[in-house]
Order: sequence, then C-alpha cells, then structure tokens
Amino acid sequence: MSDIAINTDNLSKQYRLGGRLHKFRTLRDTLTDFFTLPFRRTKSLLRGKPDGAANMNQTIWALREVSFEVKRGEVVGIIGPNGAGKTTLLKILSRITEPTEGFAEIHGRVGSLLEVGTGFHPELTGRENIYLNGAILGMKKAEIEQKFDEIVDFAEIEKFIDTPVKHYSSGMYVRLAFSVAAHLEPEILIIDEVLAVGDAAFQRKCLGKMRDDVKEGRTVLFVSHNLAAIDKLCQKAIWIDKGRINMSGSTVEVISAYEKTTTDRKSGYPPGVLFEAPINEKQRCSLRRIEVVGTNDQLLQTLHTGDTLAFRIHYHCSEKISSAAFTLDFSTPMGIRVLRLSSSPLGGVYLDLPKGEGMVDCIFEWFPLAAGIYKLGVGIAIPHREWLLEVRDLSDITVSEKDVYSSGFSPQCPRTLIAAQHSWQHVHLKS
Amino acid sequence: MESDAPVIVVKPSKGWISLKLAELWKYRELLYFLTWRDIKVRYKQTILGAAWAIIQPFFTMVVFSLFFGKLAKVPSDGLPYPIFAYAALVPWTFFANGLNQSSNSLVGNANLIRKVYFPRLVVPFSSVISGLVDFVLAFIVLIGMMLVYGIFPTINIVWLPLLLLLTLVSGLGVGLWLSALNVQFRDVRYTVPFLIQFWLFATPIAYPSSLLSEPWRTLYGINPMVGVVEGFRWALLGTDTAPGPIIVVSTLVASAILVSGAFYFKRMEKTFADIV
Repeated sequence: MSDIAINTDNLSKQYRLGGRLHKFRTLRDTLTDFFTLPFRRTKSLLRGKPDGAANMNQTIWALREVSFEVKRGEVVGIIGPNGAGKTTLLKILSRITEPTEGFAEIHGRVGSLLEVGTGFHPELTGRENIYLNGAILGMKKAEIEQKFDEIVDFAEIEKFIDTPVKHYSSGMYVRLAFSVAAHLEPEILIIDEVLAVGDAAFQRKCLGKMRDDVKEGRTVLFVSHNLAAIDKLCQKAIWIDKGRINMSGSTVEVISAYEKTTTDRKSGYPPGVLFEAPINEKQRCSLRRIEVVGTNDQLLQTLHTGDTLAFRIHYHCSEKISSAAFTLDFSTPMGIRVLRLSSSPLGGVYLDLPKGEGMVDCIFEWFPLAAGIYKLGVGIAIPHREWLLEVRDLSDITVSEKDVYSSGFSPQCPRTLIAAQHSWQHVHLKS
Repeated sequence: MESDAPVIVVKPSKGWISLKLAELWKYRELLYFLTWRDIKVRYKQTILGAAWAIIQPFFTMVVFSLFFGKLAKVPSDGLPYPIFAYAALVPWTFFANGLNQSSNSLVGNANLIRKVYFPRLVVPFSSVISGLVDFVLAFIVLIGMMLVYGIFPTINIVWLPLLLLLTLVSGLGVGLWLSALNVQFRDVRYTVPFLIQFWLFATPIAYPSSLLSEPWRTLYGINPMVGVVEGFRWALLGTDTAPGPIIVVSTLVASAILVSGAFYFKRMEKTFADIV
C-alpha cells in the first residue's frame, strides 16, 4: 500500500497531423497512398533524406516525457496556454486514449469529467438523463437512485424534472449536467475546465462542492484557465507548455511565474508606455498613447504599490467636446474589477476637450493596487449621456512588490488586491 | 480498505489484445442504459411511432407477395406466399436494422467516445440489442398472420430462441467489423445500405432455399442468414425439409465473424478516440 494516487513516467503522446486535421480518411486516400507511397519514399531517399517515412506523415508530440506524482488526497491544478497538452494528459489518465510512450499507474477508482453533460440526450427528460449520464460516468444504478433527490436539489430543477432537456434553458441544462457529475464519488477525480460554465452563483456553488470533496480527502486533478479557482482549490500546480512540464510546485509560485510570462508576451511597448495608436480621424475621440509617469514627469520603468505616479492619457478629438469625462478601470486577469475611477461624475471634474490633441493626467498620491497583474481599461464619456469610447482590455499592467509597511512583507495578489495606508493599535479594554 | 484499491496501468498496447470480457460484464448497466436510450429515442417525434417496426417488414411482404408470389409465381414450399415471406422478413429486419445501426454506432456516439472511458464494445452491442423491441412487435404480427392462415407452430418452436440468438450473433459480428472500419473509413456509411440490399436478395426470403440441390443448399448456409431464415420457417411454419446442416454451417460462420470482429474491434479500439 502506498500513498501515491497517480504516478506517471515519461508519458508521451504523438498525433499524426494529417490524421487529425482531416478528421477521417476515405478508403480512396488509403489506396492512393498505398500505391504512391513507395515511389514518394524512394524519391525522398534518393534526394538524400535518411528517413523517407518521417516526411510522409507529419507528426506532433502533444505530450512529451511528462512525469509527475500525485499523492493521495492532494489537489493538483494543471495550467498552461491553449494547445499545451493539458486535455491530452487528462484523456490519457482517464484511459480515453492511449499514450504513445511511457506509462501511468493510477491507484483507485477514477472518475473523469472532461465535459459536463456527456451523453445527454435532448429528447429524454431530466430524470431519464440523470440515469443515463450517471451510468455513462460510471455510477451504478443503485447509487444513482440513492442520490437522485440530492442531484435534483443541487441542480434546482425540481419542476422540470420530467420535461425533455431540449426545452431546458442552457443554464438549467448545465446545472443538471454538473449536478450529476458532482455526485460522482470516485477516489480520484479528473476535471477539465468544467467550471467555465454556468452563471456566477452556480459556479460558486460548484466550487463549494469541490471544496467539500477536497476535505473528504479525494485526490483531484484539475485543469482550468480560471487561475483564481486553481489558487483557491489546489495546493500544488503543474504548468504545461508545448507538451512538456514547464514547472511544478506550490500553486502560488507556479501561478505567479505563469502570469509573468503571459503578460510579458503581450506588450510590445517600451517600459512605461501602455498603449499607442495612430490618430483616427473617423472617431470623435480616440486614444493616442497611454503612459505611466513619476513625480519628475519621467516614464516609469516599473510601478510599485504605494508609488506616487500618474496615468497620462494622450487623446485626439476630431471636434470640440464639452463636459467630457475620462474613466480608468483596473481589473484582475480573471476579470474582477478592482478599481474604477472617473473624472466625472465620481471625481467631480468636468473637462472641455479641444479639437485636436490633448493630454489628461490621473494622479495617484499613493498607488493602491497590491503587487500583481491587472488589466487596464480606459473610457471617454459624456456622463449620463453616451460613451465616446470604451476599451475594457487595453493593456496589462504589472505592479511590482514593495515593502510599503516596512515589515519585510509586501501586499500582493492573490492574497489581497489593494493596499491602503493604515496602522494597527492595541486598544486595552478597561475591566 | 485502501489496500484493495485497484491499480490501473495506462500504457501503450501492442498487437492483438484480450477482449476483456470481465470488464464488459462490469459495464453491463451501461449496456442496459444505452439500449434503453436507443429504444426510448428511436420513435420520438414520429407520427406513427412504434408502428414503423411493423410497417417495414409488413409492406416488404406485401410487395414481395405481389411481384414474386403472384406475378413471378415463385414457389413457397407449399405455404401461402405472404406468410412464407413474412416469417423470413421478421428475423431479416432485425438483422438488417441491427447491422445498420451498429455500423454507424461508434460514429454516432463520437461525443461519448471522445470524452468518457468505457469498453467500446458496449456501443455496437447496445444498438443491436435495442432492435429486439422492434422484433417482438413484428413477431406479434407474425403470430396474428399464422392464426389467420390457420397455421400452428410445430414442436420445433423450442429452437426459436437459439435461432434468434443466431440472428443477433450474425448482426453483431458484421456490425463490429463495419463499425470499427467506419471510424477510419467513412466509406462504410455509404456501403451499408447497398450491402443490406444485396444481402437481402442473397438470402432466401423471396424464394425458398429448396430451389438448390444438395450439397449446394448446405453450402448456401455460409450466408448465416440462410440458416436463420430457413430455421424460422421450419420452427414456426413447419416446412418439411429440416434445415439442420444449413444451420450448423451458418452457426459456424456467424461465430467466426463475431469472434474475428470482436478481436478486430478491440485492436482498433485504442485509435477510436483520436480519429472518430
């Protein structure tokens, strides 16, 4: 008996590009290949290529030499860009597809959820689909019967249980599908991006349910682009890129390293410049350039929590605009808005914009965002009337760590999103 | 408790592999639910509903009776032609539908195959079995017709379940081959209707196998449906020539197709999720 739940050794998976792109081959293709392949091979051999066959079938390693270990009861998050091989890894571990090389050992009953509602049939009722889907996911009939009420309760669809699911709203459909899946009780749970569905309230409920599972000591392998969910649920994370393990370790470390690369890749502007664009005469208002400047009007290479700085917006107007307002939005990469500032009505400053180019500063005495990565959004509006311009995801900004409280620690994501100048005092009770 | 946790080893498989029938048995509830789904869904949103199960063989019988029975005067082993043809069409329809459904089953359930693990044999298996309901409905009509014609089954009717099993084995065997091939070569989808039509005329449904003389008649059993059709007539309608040798040949052939189909299917199974 060991405390290892999953152990993989050099797992690799190779796909034939042709086989994957043209979903299926016809007999004719195979016959033509059969007759022409020898000639093509000889040709490429004659041209001095050592292995003629290699060129014939272009292949790609979707997964390459992936080795890791998951202990019993551990919750491990898998992150990485699209096409990195995360889903392929899960498919191999759930035995849907075979590895090309290497092996994995899995100790315990596996339940895998690569999709919610797999096998749901639109013509069948909610009740019937619960049984069907449960059986497909590997539940016994007795087990489904026993949990039936719980499943219906969790999905909040009592009234529609005998309605064919084709008449369900997409929200109801997803809730029912997830609910069946959530009541699967394997020792090892493999989940692929299923929390990306449903409304926010239901997502929270699912996360709660998953947290309960984790408390029960279940081993979970969890792929998601929702870094906040990974951070909340997982102690360990594995970062996969181009089929290989790029980094594995504690969730906080892996996520912050991962976030760094995703933002570095994005911006092509010099340090301190967040955005640049040519004049757009067609628009009444357009953004020319956005930069971060320090107290001496110099571009800031890096910005820190607590810095005194200004966001400088260069704009262009094709006509005179009176009583305009600028807005600045800061939100997390997951899209949670942290801070929104506007010159008016919130700031009480109404701006008359001249025709041509101009410049507006939004000045921070003490920049309040904790160290981390944020998305910047900018808008120009006539308050209460219209938006002249609104860009939600204009640029990413990285706030660097700073020991603003002189404690040796700095406020940083995801522990906190903002920081404030404050102090602590012990107040003695009079007794 | 943890010590008896099963260890699953995931590794590349090579060559011909075992059928893992024990695992298939473990998934029998899934087989039941998929069959049940196929039955429930089959006639949803149709006006005639389950009547389709009867219309198909019945109207084929009417057409056959008109053209082969009345016009061409095809012999019918001394039986009224309509019941002669219909007794053969009932198992034939079960076979043909099972073959058709199972050969398209893997492609039709592609979403399942790409997302969930289970022994893939369950899929074509359930599509053949779900045809049993249609068979029963058509069979009830057959009983009705026997009453109308005043024909009573012989004692040989005890063999009927085995003959039905032979039909199932034939349909599943061919279905396994075709479903696995269909994943890789979609040509199969277009071949199947043609194949079924051809097979219909290669089986003594519109005519009796007694047109052939021995040993050709026994050899005819290489087509497993010959054994089935002649067996049904013999067991139910009491045709005088016992088709024993034909059925033996048919059973051997059908079993060979089933076993080879199952192994071929199992061998191709690992590629299904990637190319379906």
